[in-house]
Amino acid sequence: MRADLLTDAVDGLDEALAAVDGFDQVLVGGLLRPQPAQAAGLAGLADAVAGSPLAGRTAEASEKTAAGAADEDHFLVLAAARTALLGSVHDALVARVEEAVGRPRAEETAAPGAGAEHPVNLLAAARGWLCDLARTGWQGIDHELVGGAAPVVTAMLPEPALRRLATLLDGFAAELAASCPGATLERIPVRRWADLWSRAMLLTLPGADRTAAVTEVTGRLLPLGVDLHEHATAVQAQVHAVFEPADGTTPRLVRAGVSAPKPDTVVGAGLWQLLRPHMSLLAAVSEGRAMELDAMPVTAEGDLLWDDAHATPGEPADAFVTARVALPTATAAPVTPVDRHPARIAVPVLIEGYTVEKEDDGLAFRVAGERLAVDAVRVPAAGPLTAEAVASSGACLGLLRWDAGEFVLQPLAVERTVRKKPVAVHAGAWAGGTADKAGVRAEKAATDAVTVLRERAGRLLRK
Amino acid sequence: MRVVPSARPRKLAKVPFVELADGRLQGVVSSGSDIGRVYVSSVEAGTYAFSCSTNNNRPCGGARGAFCNHIRALIGEAVLQYGAERVARYLKVDVSGDSGEGADAHTLTFAMTSTHPAQGDKSAAAQVFSRFLRHLAYLEFAPSTAPLPEMHWFPTTGAVA
Repeated sequence: MRADLLTDAVDGLDEALAAVDGFDQVLVGGLLRPQPAQAAGLAGLADAVAGSPLAGRTAEASEKTAAGAADEDHFLVLAAARTALLGSVHDALVARVEEAVGRPRAEETAAPGAGAEHPVNLLAAARGWLCDLARTGWQGIDHELVGGAAPVVTAMLPEPALRRLATLLDGFAAELAASCPGATLERIPVRRWADLWSRAMLLTLPGADRTAAVTEVTGRLLPLGVDLHEHATAVQAQVHAVFEPADGTTPRLVRAGVSAPKPDTVVGAGLWQLLRPHMSLLAAVSEGRAMELDAMPVTAEGDLLWDDAHATPGEPADAFVTARVALPTATAAPVTPVDRHPARIAVPVLIEGYTVEKEDDGLAFRVAGERLAVDAVRVPAAGPLTAEAVASSGACLGLLRWDAGEFVLQPLAVERTVRKKPVAVHAGAWAGGTADKAGVRAEKAATDAVTVLRERAGRLLRK
Repeated sequence: MRVVPSARPRKLAKVPFVELADGRLQGVVSSGSDIGRVYVSSVEAGTYAFSCSTNNNRPCGGARGAFCNHIRALIGEAVLQYGAERVARYLKVDVSGDSGEGADAHTLTFAMTSTHPAQGDKSAAAQVFSRFLRHLAYLEFAPSTAPLPEMHWFPTTGAVA
């Protein structure tokens, strides 16, 4: 890997992000009575996309908004312009990563496939709430405004086609609620909330969250590791893997995810329990096995739409062997336009031959003279991989991400030398179950939590 | 990156449900003596008006004129789940000291009881109950294997020492 490319400046990046930041600042004060500084932020966004097909509509939306005369469609255009800008940042960063790891580039874009029609009234309700947020601004949020999301989310959650927007709104609203009242907030996560806001705005467009076109694949799946996501009421485990087609064509980088809504009291090892029954791949990851896929649906973006009926456990497969042998030959799938965002960059890489540097607020690897920060915080608590294990490792399989202006490495697994033998520690080792003492205890506590919830609910219902 | 730390694991047997919503700290507390009984308890933000009644809508004997043990247990578990600072901020409790640091369930409860709060109206119970059901519904939604790219904004925050 050419680590120097990861630390080199990317042309135009600062300018694009400055325009994004200018707009994000507008949302802090809200758009009810725009001030001159906010008008400048809005104009900056319009200028930044002036050379794109969005130019005319963004200029109009920016002017109307600065005059305090914007409607929902204008807000939607602003969200789209901001998303397009970050899409260009995403593309530049991904090009840089591909150059650094020497992976062939996916040329074509992933075309959106057919999708279910959404209940338009719920989307309109969600957009109404988001526009109220934009008018009020982060400094103006209170519990009443934030609570307005609850009925929308409650109505959306049972609807599988609306799960993406519902899950996003639920996590976003919970975060805002925890930060109320906005007036006394010491630090506002300005870019993050603008990210969540504009993403949610776009998802209120019918069809925006359609998955990319779906085909079927047959061959061998070699897992690399598990990436875990959670907010108070949702969890997702995403397995990164190399897929080797049975027809001998080029191996591909793929992902397979499983997600579930959850009560906020189910945490830690309880998360694996919710997901495990729905994806046999999690057990294969824990056991260090490959899986044989037969006509498994996959999107053009490289997301397997996992169905246990199309998979059988295969031979043992060491993730580090996969990373050394198969990963360098695999091609990455293209990203659909709406998903192009720096926060979504998660490129599997194997890093070796580094020295570990302990810093005040974490770890960094020194790779070929370059510093690469390690994001050990993203490693799940319910697993054996710890920051200490990363600090004493000699090889690290991880996801290259981009956060707060720099590339960082999220460890998925490390190899340490114990008594002259390499020993691997995987972040997702408990995904399929565990015999580890601490793991078993955590699993039992989580099982108890769910049992108690159900039992107590029964008492309440039996009036 | 994560703004809200996830709820800390806590035992649910005593207080299966607690939340900060509808302008109240509210929840469901198991009876200490009767396994078949649960109490629906709440404290209003700002006024600390409290209410506690059983699942059969009988008023709690301990909640006459002052916080009963169920409400005290509720505050304790809320502090476990959300942290004292967030609970204090939501209920608008002024725990003297710098920015609520060092506050715990005791100081919170003491600060509220020393204002001699009034008994709230019982109508809250029905709403708390429906919120509990909403909470439980999260166990019933079917998991999905369709990608949720939005979750990349919500990484787990685990092994940080």
